Amino acid sequence: MDVWISIILSICAASTPLLLAATGELVVERSGVLNLGVEGMMIMGAVAGFATAQVTGNPYLGALVAMGAGALFSLLFAFLTLTLVANQVATGLALTILGIGLSGMIGEGFVGRPGIRMEALDIPILTDLPIIGKLIFGQDLIFYISIALVFGVYWFLFKTRAGLTLRSVGDNHTSAHALGINVIKVRYLAVLFGGACAGLAGAHLSLVYVPQWVEGMTAGRGWIALALVVFASWRPGRVLVGAYLFGTVTIGQFHAQAIGIAIPAQFLTSLPYIATIVVLVLIARNRRMTMLNTPASLGQSFVPDR
Amino acid sequence: MAATQQFDEPVKTVPLLEARGITKIFDTLKANDNVDFAIQKGEIHALLGENGAGKSTLVKILFGSLQANEGGVLWDSAPVTVRSPSEARELGIGMVFQHFSLFEALTVAENIALSFNAATPLENISTRTRDLSTQYGLPLDPDAVVGDLSVGERQRVEIIRCLMQDPRLIILDEPTSVLTPQEADTLFETLFRLRDEGRSVLYISHRLEEVQRLCSAATIMRHGQVVDACDPREETAGSLASKMVGAEIDEVVHRESAATDKVVLQLNNLNMPSTHPFAVALQNVNLQVNAGEVVGIAGIAGNGQGELFGAISGEDVAANADAVVIDGHVVGNLGISERRKIGGAFVPEERLGHGAVPALTLSDNMYLARHASDSDDFQSGGSLKVIAKNAIKSATKRVVEAMDVRKSAENPPAAALSGGNLQKFVVGRELDRKPVFLLVNQPTWGVDAGAATHIRQALIDLAASGSAVLMISQDLDEIFEVADRIAVMADGRLSQPEPTANMTRERVGLLMAGSSDNVDASGEAA
Amino acid sequence: MRLELQKRAGASTLFSILSPFIALVLTLVAGAIMFVILGKPPFASLYSYFIEPLFLKFDMGPIFSDFSFEGIVPNGWSLEQILVKATPLALIAVGLAVCFRSGNWNIGAEGQYLIGGMFGAMIPVLFNDWNSPLTLPLVLIMGMLGGALYGFIPAILKSRFGTNEILTSLMLVYVAQQLVDWIVRGPWRDPKGMGFPGTKSFNESAVLPSLWQHADAHYGAVIAVVAAIAVWFMLAKTSKGFEITVLGQSPRAGRFAGFSAKNMTVFAFLFSGAMAGLAGISEVSGSVEKLDDKLSLGYGFTAIIVAFLGRLNPLGIVAAALVLALSYIGGEAAQISLGVSDRAARVFQGLLLFFVLACDTLIHYRVRLVAAVEAVA
Repeated sequence: MDVWISIILSICAASTPLLLAATGELVVERSGVLNLGVEGMMIMGAVAGFATAQVTGNPYLGALVAMGAGALFSLLFAFLTLTLVANQVATGLALTILGIGLSGMIGEGFVGRPGIRMEALDIPILTDLPIIGKLIFGQDLIFYISIALVFGVYWFLFKTRAGLTLRSVGDNHTSAHALGINVIKVRYLAVLFGGACAGLAGAHLSLVYVPQWVEGMTAGRGWIALALVVFASWRPGRVLVGAYLFGTVTIGQFHAQAIGIAIPAQFLTSLPYIATIVVLVLIARNRRMTMLNTPASLGQSFVPDR
Repeated sequence: MAATQQFDEPVKTVPLLEARGITKIFDTLKANDNVDFAIQKGEIHALLGENGAGKSTLVKILFGSLQANEGGVLWDSAPVTVRSPSEARELGIGMVFQHFSLFEALTVAENIALSFNAATPLENISTRTRDLSTQYGLPLDPDAVVGDLSVGERQRVEIIRCLMQDPRLIILDEPTSVLTPQEADTLFETLFRLRDEGRSVLYISHRLEEVQRLCSAATIMRHGQVVDACDPREETAGSLASKMVGAEIDEVVHRESAATDKVVLQLNNLNMPSTHPFAVALQNVNLQVNAGEVVGIAGIAGNGQGELFGAISGEDVAANADAVVIDGHVVGNLGISERRKIGGAFVPEERLGHGAVPALTLSDNMYLARHASDSDDFQSGGSLKVIAKNAIKSATKRVVEAMDVRKSAENPPAAALSGGNLQKFVVGRELDRKPVFLLVNQPTWGVDAGAATHIRQALIDLAASGSAVLMISQDLDEIFEVADRIAVMADGRLSQPEPTANMTRERVGLLMAGSSDNVDASGEAA
Repeated sequence: MRLELQKRAGASTLFSILSPFIALVLTLVAGAIMFVILGKPPFASLYSYFIEPLFLKFDMGPIFSDFSFEGIVPNGWSLEQILVKATPLALIAVGLAVCFRSGNWNIGAEGQYLIGGMFGAMIPVLFNDWNSPLTLPLVLIMGMLGGALYGFIPAILKSRFGTNEILTSLMLVYVAQQLVDWIVRGPWRDPKGMGFPGTKSFNESAVLPSLWQHADAHYGAVIAVVAAIAVWFMLAKTSKGFEITVLGQSPRAGRFAGFSAKNMTVFAFLFSGAMAGLAGISEVSGSVEKLDDKLSLGYGFTAIIVAFLGRLNPLGIVAAALVLALSYIGGEAAQISLGVSDRAARVFQGLLLFFVLACDTLIHYRVRLVAAVEAVA
């Protein structure tokens, strides 16, 4: 039993960064912006969070700074694509390349240092409850935030006026502008939110999941998060399902490696990436659903006429 | 202004809205040049003018989407500054756009909610939508997703959205361009009711008959200036037209149909499944176009015209080869290049982004449509297919001269040309080949009157010279003016074409609305 | 204050030429600021980064150690090292230029580069004794084939199912890294390699010859220049180039012209994959002379920067590849002389791409600073 609980806990830990980054990116894409720089923002969050925790000794402060770093980094993207109407795909790539380089430089002094782990919750009695105690009351703060975030984003997008405004911008920016909505402002805010989420996702890696600083430690998770948004056809609930599916695949291959299955480790390590491709193909085959759900102005630059 | 006071005309007191000296400059272009005009309370006021006359700019300034460089607006004789559409709405100005500013992925109620400043609960908006739409005879389901609605229904959403704010002035931009004649009548009833409630309507149009029916005052614009103000009921369509254009336009020269017995285009039970969620499937389309005639296809936007264009041009390939026969060649399974090689020529609805690549030069855009049909002249170097730039340039020059294309540079990018001039080029590019068969979709959409006449005449002349011409158009005036026979497209089906002389607007209207009984009974003259 | 953009009637020729240079200058300024923050003298650092390598003939020490020449540790001539680094960058970026121009986002060139290296290594590893004038050409062709096949996967997924090629091509990079890692540790490991991952060294006839005696620079550089000229000709002068441009700018107009976007996707990926594969095998056969686990150096990603800095023009790309190669060499040089982290090179590269993209705005728009509140007449 304990083995299963620890497996489920590790699945939660593997899924949380994916869930955070994908939920943030979902909001960004719902506003009509395609930010391919998730990987870059995530790794900036990871290094900023780790460095802050090292300097202050406080992982929570680290997480907060990671969010700030992700948001600040996303601001670069927002300025280029929204103010200077640069190509979103290329700028997203630039963000990732810069993020990987910059994080490597910042983190150089931290390589090999023991991490400061954000401890799991420990509530007397509740955490000690059999089976559910650890799962529900014994995880780290970022895990709870990630779950709350999914529901929060759902509520925001579909139940609030601001969410409606954001969706309208993603659907048709020209019409939104004609109605007097400040398209650029809405998109700036969405991109910043996505950046903060990706930053927090990075902090989870360097403060909870690993917890250490390893150069390039995001290892494509930002890209998988992007794929998850497509997989989820831009619905928060499906992002939750997708993120945990991938978390399960990741943990599954670790365990397969651990029990020494006669498959080379390299193939098992490839599994999450191959799974991403398979999932993308499966979802793309249902073209009608993809087309109906894709925000209509996704990836298109907007220049107001005046 | 008006010489006689009629009983239904409001007494002219203080105007509801008065614009004084509005000037708006884009770059070097004066879109509005010292524009003065006034709208009275309880009046339907026409704003007339050709494409590019400055109507849209003026209206956008009134509605706060654009800011004027000079001049001001009086509302109820008090000066106001309208900085944004929401400020306009607060004043009591509502607007129904020509190109709907709707969100396809959202519901009707959500769409309407977006134009409210206050966080009015969505349920209230749903209820009020239902109430208002029944009250004005424009039924709507607030929970329907806009993407699933017809064009006419979408306009209703725009109108209801506008009425929800209880506006005192309602601006409508070319509202009937997307309606059947019958739907337009319903709209006019609604407008009369609004007028009787004491509201004012600013009605933008270039359709003179409508304006004469509806409006008791008209402001006419040309080249950014107000050139006249009149009571349209006291004018003739001809006098209004010449005020709009500023000179007499050449009439299209009619001639007896030159149709021969030679079948050039034949569609046999053409079926095309819809390729994406918002597309229309073509169902059993049969048609025959003979050498020497122009066949017109009428219909409301979004009833399968684009899909029909794709199927005939070969942009979309049919499942069975004999569905499309051009000049005796079975081409249903061949692509657009093969169809061009046997004498087919095609002009799509959208000039920029479909018929031409915006950032490429005219000569590149010449090569775009003719690299396959004119490969002997336009390519060298065998299988390397090196582009023969000089040959293309001289062909481009030929077209520019034949069609009187006005341009600012020797070989400018397509995007640098005005709509009318680019359209002349795109049509001329095909005419220059002397095609056996020409398919053209919306030949004069958004084109100024002079260029439109030029293009229509060119189509008639091409048919007269022995080619077959198939023209898809949403402009009924154009169809009646140019076509020898008329067919109507509704929901992916095509009615039997009938000689223009046997057709009336009413019958075309019924067919446009998809009345299938009429399609079947088309053998008997209406 | 805010920025306001005004669309130009046509692309500005002046800024099309100037914008990469403005971007370079801005990158240097940003770099100087970065050095100040790091507590290094900004001008001296920039000098050792970008100028010194051009003139200096210094001992590259262990970085470019090469024990193949009868015990002599050669002085690495920096210009030559720039050539060595620029070769794969130019080869990959020329392929990417075709791909990006056609509107296909292949960002998995790193993967195609790796698989190209692996496929090319197949002959010298499995038939180590086969010495023939045909060996080298066949090795290079195999490399191109490998890259092309690997590029074919995202292409066919996009054209058949509409799968996003950005994500699939990138995912395949990780898969390729694992695959190469496995093959050099497993089936292809040199049993006499003292446990180090890597294949046997290639025999003479499978090695891309050096440009001159004892040179690190190999004939890959010549291939890259020839390829760039050929691709430039294709893009600028032929119908195929026209097709690529049209489909990239307006797929709908391309369809009207009778061009197939789906076929173009396959062509563009096969082509850029083959070029990346060629870069991979020329690196393996020209520089390392065996396949090992250190082939993945991020050239496939840096080449994206090269492609944009070269404004997707093959001739511009050759120049841009030299600039980016300089940043690699400069990074190593600055680490030795100033103790600046060699990761600063990556930061430079990232910044450069940012500035290139930002400056591209100038080509299509007039940019103006305006006061936040507009005067109301």
